[in-house]
Amino acid sequence: MFCAIDLRSSMSSGVRESFCLALHLLLSGLPSYTDWRLSHFEEVQMKKNKVIDSAGFRRTVNRLAHEVVERNKGTENVAVVGIRTRGEFLAQRIAKKIEEIEGKAIQVGTLDITLYRDDLRGRLDQPHLKSTEILFDVTGKVIVLVDDVLFTGRTIRAALNALTDLGRPALIELLVLIDRGHRELPIKADFVGKSIPTSLKEEIKVLMSETDGEDCVFLNHIDDQSSGNRVEGGTAR
Amino acid sequence: MKLSSRHLLGLEGMSKEELSLILDTAVSFREILDRPIKKVPPLQGKTVVNLFFESSTRTRISFELAERRLSADVVSFTTAASSVSKGETLKDTARNIEAMKIDMVVIRHAAPGSAHFLSRVVAANVINAGDGAHEHPTQGLLDMYTLREKFGSLEGLRVCIVGDILHSRVARSNIYGLSTMGAQVSVCGPETLIPREIEKLGLTVYHRLEDVIPHVDALNVLRIQLERQKSGFFPSLREYHRYFGVTKEKVDRASIPIIIMHPGPINRDVELSADLADSDHSVILQQVTNGVAIRMAVLYLLGTSN
Repeated sequence: MFCAIDLRSSMSSGVRESFCLALHLLLSGLPSYTDWRLSHFEEVQMKKNKVIDSAGFRRTVNRLAHEVVERNKGTENVAVVGIRTRGEFLAQRIAKKIEEIEGKAIQVGTLDITLYRDDLRGRLDQPHLKSTEILFDVTGKVIVLVDDVLFTGRTIRAALNALTDLGRPALIELLVLIDRGHRELPIKADFVGKSIPTSLKEEIKVLMSETDGEDCVFLNHIDDQSSGNRVEGGTAR
Repeated sequence: MKLSSRHLLGLEGMSKEELSLILDTAVSFREILDRPIKKVPPLQGKTVVNLFFESSTRTRISFELAERRLSADVVSFTTAASSVSKGETLKDTARNIEAMKIDMVVIRHAAPGSAHFLSRVVAANVINAGDGAHEHPTQGLLDMYTLREKFGSLEGLRVCIVGDILHSRVARSNIYGLSTMGAQVSVCGPETLIPREIEKLGLTVYHRLEDVIPHVDALNVLRIQLERQKSGFFPSLREYHRYFGVTKEKVDRASIPIIIMHPGPINRDVELSADLADSDHSVILQQVTNGVAIRMAVLYLLGTSN
């Protein structure tokens, strides 16, 4: 079934739907499919699943900060840039920890990628444009780009374009708290807090005390009636 | 949050939320203007036509820069080199240009209401860059942006518009916009250049600069349109300068430092003395810079909404 999910992510939605339907029909007779459906059922019941709590969150951030220092052999010429909104706060946490480890200040910036999104015109709700706040020259620097969740890779693509429009960094490294898979672009993170294989019917929700009052990560099942019916339909046949 | 209209025709009737959205969005674009690479991609593939039926340097260059910095394709048009001189109507000109598949039109025209008219005959987004003595919304917005940048908020800010209110589209856009944002707006000028019953818009009217200077935070000094000087609205430029010319001497009498704005082009030593225009009171060049950011914000908000 995991193989099926991987295939689905690389296809357009129309093809994906018909492929899924065929897959359901194909697999509905196999025992393994029944097993998968059972576990899937449990997941639906659970709905909200805390995968990282606040203590785990703190440890993960600490480890990521150590990894950044280790990989770059210190913090010489290194700057941390977070992608709005939660990447911004995560970047500040990472930077603070790095400062503790190395005992010297590190530059932090915030990137707003709204203008670089590839879905800017297709959306009905207009995303609110905020400012990019990078008060240092990125040219020649090692930039650690920080975001909360790595999913399709489209946000990172936009961020790379936004960042290279500000100058020519010597190196860009990517740090994410959660890698949930389903890439639609050839992008890979250098530092990963936790890799959580997900289905497309799940969502990863990162909460941070700056915006949400607590630090934790949830794996939620999206209650999508139409896709639920599709599974049921497959069973009926 | 998005703008309720597909066009920007005037500031009259726009809500406080909409005006704030434009001003807030412009803050982000203002930052882009300080970057080494002053270009972002949101209007990639969009075509904008600048229709300037009236002469303009600042506004046209400002719009063109704003469009290019948003990566739009830009076509600019001035009356002298066009079919308008062969007698083509505005509607025909616009519809012909639209037939070439364009997305947005920026129009400046001597006839009040021309932008409204255009928005009814073409499918593209229309932005008013000044229609006769009616409105000049982007100028009003950039004046508001500059004041907000200087004072932090427009709420309760005391702004006086000085000069030829009668013929000024800048004055109208400022009055509508600033009033909506909660500023206290007044006007000052000779009786012949103040429209009758303008106080019904909720303004205080002054006829002596000395009366208003102690009660304001900012003066928006309008250009005396020299081409109208012979039509008898005031006796002479020298007399106008003596009574309504804003000078350093008059402004220095105020207890607080007053901010001086001017939409340009300045007639030095007519409506505004040269020493004041170049002093620390003046934010005239900031206005010009902010104008690009405001126009980028308007183009972005209209060009990316569906």
